[in-house]
Amino acid sequence: MTDDRLVIAGHEFKSRLWVGTGKYKDFVETQKAIEASGADVVTVAVRRVNITDRSRDNLLDYIDPKKYTILPNTAGCYTVEDAVRYSRLARAAGVSDLVKLEVLGDERTLFPDTAGLIEAAKILIKEGFIVLPYTNDDPIVAKKLVDIGCPAVMPLAAPIGSGLGIRNPYNLKIIMETVKVPIIVDAGVGTASDAALAMEYGADAVLMNTAIAGAQDPLAMAEAMKHAVHAGRLAYKAGRIPRKLYATASSPIEGML
Amino acid sequence: MTDVEDAIHIHVNGQARTWRSGATVADLLQDLDIRTERVAVELNLEILDQATFDQRQLSNGDRVEILGFIGGGTAAKD
Repeated sequence: MTDDRLVIAGHEFKSRLWVGTGKYKDFVETQKAIEASGADVVTVAVRRVNITDRSRDNLLDYIDPKKYTILPNTAGCYTVEDAVRYSRLARAAGVSDLVKLEVLGDERTLFPDTAGLIEAAKILIKEGFIVLPYTNDDPIVAKKLVDIGCPAVMPLAAPIGSGLGIRNPYNLKIIMETVKVPIIVDAGVGTASDAALAMEYGADAVLMNTAIAGAQDPLAMAEAMKHAVHAGRLAYKAGRIPRKLYATASSPIEGML
Repeated sequence: MTDVEDAIHIHVNGQARTWRSGATVADLLQDLDIRTERVAVELNLEILDQATFDQRQLSNGDRVEILGFIGGGTAAKD
């Protein structure tokens, strides 16, 4: 599968597993987990630099932007204004024109505010950003995001950090069939089979953070996810057999005594 | 910081600070031991181009925000 590359707005990616960098014990663990996952896209948040503790390490000392595509996100933004402001700040920090755009709707579910998302995406696309929107598993919203110029769409599998897996496979399937840009299933994955399933459905990539960082052994889970995404992709390309209610013999009847 | 007449009062990442008059954004970052690459600076809500850090002088009452990248995936605030 070395030729099976994912391309989004001119950016080419080797791995179809994208990972977040939050919730790890320390930067060393973050680095090791990313390495074990084989991911080449890592998402990061934009926050105030600690000005009182100068000795604090910098995340980008552990995740080399030359080796990885750094995908800044607007996590924690609940308004269009905030999401646009954080996107501009991320770009000003000079790692990339890419942004994983989040406009959250409420603190309990962390579901996207899709109206705000579309509005913010329009503003940022006009400013030349490559907007990868974190959205609901709503095929109509996904289509609207593509229509306004998003080169990929990132629908959720389940609420962020919930580990519930794919709650609405039919909606995701419809998004994959109706939207002609790469689909990155983002958020809600709990374990390897969830990631494999997303890929078998036809997702172009999967993004996760908590499933790896929150596992009892993050490095082992990172490796499991790498294999799951790879296996799911292979299975998708291979094409599964149809489901049937009754048995079909694998061995020929002909020649039996 | 020299004597009081030369001092300016600014806010850096929400904290009140006294700084020397005439200092630029680049000086501020250097004094705070923050490397200029991969940080974004907002001066009174205006996002600055990194190339202009050494030209932008700080004035009394300025509000400076210095931002960088931290670990995060899809998460709420911190």
